[in-house]
Amino acid sequence: MKKVMGRPRLLKDVPFHYCPGCGHSVIHRLLAEVIEELDIRDRCIGVPPCGCAVLAYYYLDVDMVEAAHGRATAVATGIKRCLPDAIVFTYQGDGDLAAIGTSEVIHSANRGECITSIFVNNMCYGMTGGQMAPTSILGQKTTTTPRGRDRKKDGPPLKMCEFLAPLEGTSYLARGSVHDAKSILKVRRYLREAFRSQMDNQGFSMVEILSPCPSNWKLSPVESCRWIESEMKNHFPLGVFKGSGVKQKQAGCA
Amino acid sequence: MSREEKQLLRGSEAIAESALRAGCRCYFAYPITPQNELPEYMARRMDEIEGAVFLQSESELAAINMVFGASVTGTRVMTSSSSPGVSLMQEGISYLAALELPSVIVNIIRGGPGLGNIAPAQSDYFQATRGGGHGDYRTIVLAPAYLQEAVDLTYKAFDLADEYRIPVMILGDGMMGQMMEPVEMPPFLKKLPKKEWALRGAGKGKSRFLRSLLLDVHELEEHNWKLFRKYEKITRKEVRFEEYETADAQMVVVAYGTAARIAKGAVKRLREQGIRVGLFRPVTLWPFPSMDLARIARAAKQVLVFEMSMGQMVEDVKMALDGRVPVDLYGRPGGIVVTPIELSRIISRRYEAIEHEAKR
Amino acid sequence: MKGSIRIRAALCKNCGLCIEACPKGSIRVSKKINEKSYFPAEFVKGGDCTGCGLCAVVCPEAIIEVYRES
Repeated sequence: MKKVMGRPRLLKDVPFHYCPGCGHSVIHRLLAEVIEELDIRDRCIGVPPCGCAVLAYYYLDVDMVEAAHGRATAVATGIKRCLPDAIVFTYQGDGDLAAIGTSEVIHSANRGECITSIFVNNMCYGMTGGQMAPTSILGQKTTTTPRGRDRKKDGPPLKMCEFLAPLEGTSYLARGSVHDAKSILKVRRYLREAFRSQMDNQGFSMVEILSPCPSNWKLSPVESCRWIESEMKNHFPLGVFKGSGVKQKQAGCA
Repeated sequence: MSREEKQLLRGSEAIAESALRAGCRCYFAYPITPQNELPEYMARRMDEIEGAVFLQSESELAAINMVFGASVTGTRVMTSSSSPGVSLMQEGISYLAALELPSVIVNIIRGGPGLGNIAPAQSDYFQATRGGGHGDYRTIVLAPAYLQEAVDLTYKAFDLADEYRIPVMILGDGMMGQMMEPVEMPPFLKKLPKKEWALRGAGKGKSRFLRSLLLDVHELEEHNWKLFRKYEKITRKEVRFEEYETADAQMVVVAYGTAARIAKGAVKRLREQGIRVGLFRPVTLWPFPSMDLARIARAAKQVLVFEMSMGQMVEDVKMALDGRVPVDLYGRPGGIVVTPIELSRIISRRYEAIEHEAKR
Repeated sequence: MKGSIRIRAALCKNCGLCIEACPKGSIRVSKKINEKSYFPAEFVKGGDCTGCGLCAVVCPEAIIEVYRES
């Protein structure tokens, strides 16, 4: 019998602290696979978030530096401007990128900073216990919207891929999901294409990834994934929003 | 340091040029009056220097975090701003201090609080020396009074930042930023120090990470002690000050920056009239020259602190003197700049009061 | 085509995603608790595993190795 699949080499042999069924674990694994495949470990520098994945540096075998909450894209900009040959990525949750860090991501994207942002969207603030996120959907009950997110009071959810797509400095934007095997394999492809876009100095790239949060959604891991399939991806359409050499789809198709 | 011919430069520009001479190759900032000449000078000048990076950031929040990113790579990097912008940078400064990232931050102070005005002030002393950001940390704070000193201290700031792996603040004010004086520039630094701790990609070796999150309480305690051992070393070795006519002074005026220039003019006038007054001018506000102040002011009957604020450095002066000499304050906030003549009248009135008291 | 998998039971958190993903019913929940107090997933030996690898693709902990007959 031949071994055909195993733990990626660039994932350190450290047990994940993430909850059972957490999307972070899958995404870390995909990142490790893609970085190894593209052979960029030697010049990769990552900026993890404030959030559940703050300890990403315990798991990913690349140089990493921790930034303040929301500031990862500004830190990544500083790094990339000093080391243009480095492959610089940020790894941010929905608070980090779509709330406190939105100004930084818009301007880095607009300037066309050749960095890659990995945006993990689980529609809530995981680390702090499940508060509303900019990506929480209308009617969603969270600890700070106990009666459900209200359009008048809280506004509708923010769709970052659609938001950044008109900016000329963006070169690759895609939204995927890690709720089933087919989607996971697509995310791996999107990550590969995003990093390639950086390697070709085309501009700012981002891969938004719908990610299950069983603990805060109060669903089992399997139920969480089913919910992404039946509900969440209707609010956050999957597909490539912008990308050179990649067949672009309109929002709504996968 | 060998010198070139003197050039007539504006304060902001003199600081900028000196930074470039010191090997600063990265500059991020957001425009704010009264220091816009600094980013504008950098924008023009950095184009002429190979490998130099100038970027106008979208906010001071972004600027200080870009400084953070650049410093991580081992590059000499600077930002500049004025009071309200420096408020926005406080979080970033806390992180720079926590991760021990060298950096230079210039604050050209304006009147505050709030939006205030664009006139010169010294009301950010607490913000600079007490660590406006969260946590136990210190930054070296340098307060030049003359443009040549600003040039020399800016050049030195990068060495201090690298040697001690610490953010260094340079305090100027709206007047210093705008005034023009002839200055001699140091030559361009040829060899920059190597930084083994910097991140440049793992290469063929082990990957490393830099972080300030230390969930284990013992680890965080030890990290704080490590930082403070460093701060003690800096306190022993890097104090700077100037004293003028203090040997037989009955009254010692304590002032820094532009206030000290004014005070020196006042002291000169009064000495011509036979009044025994002197000036103690801290150049490092952190570490504050407490021991030197205590030694020099010991024999005086009164210390008068002159600040362009409601009185912030006066607290450090009182702590240094520990009740041994009475301390009085003359503070003018809001951007008011008194002339040496006006100040000399104020000093002389207070001096007469001491003399009168002594005769009773 | 025959296949098999190896699961590092000590690190399994019983999320159940591999069981959900497996098209051949070759994974079940073990009756033996692991040291983290989870009942880990375990491979059903002698079943119809083809080594498709879907379990390893969905496993969040990256603890499944997949083998195929060459």
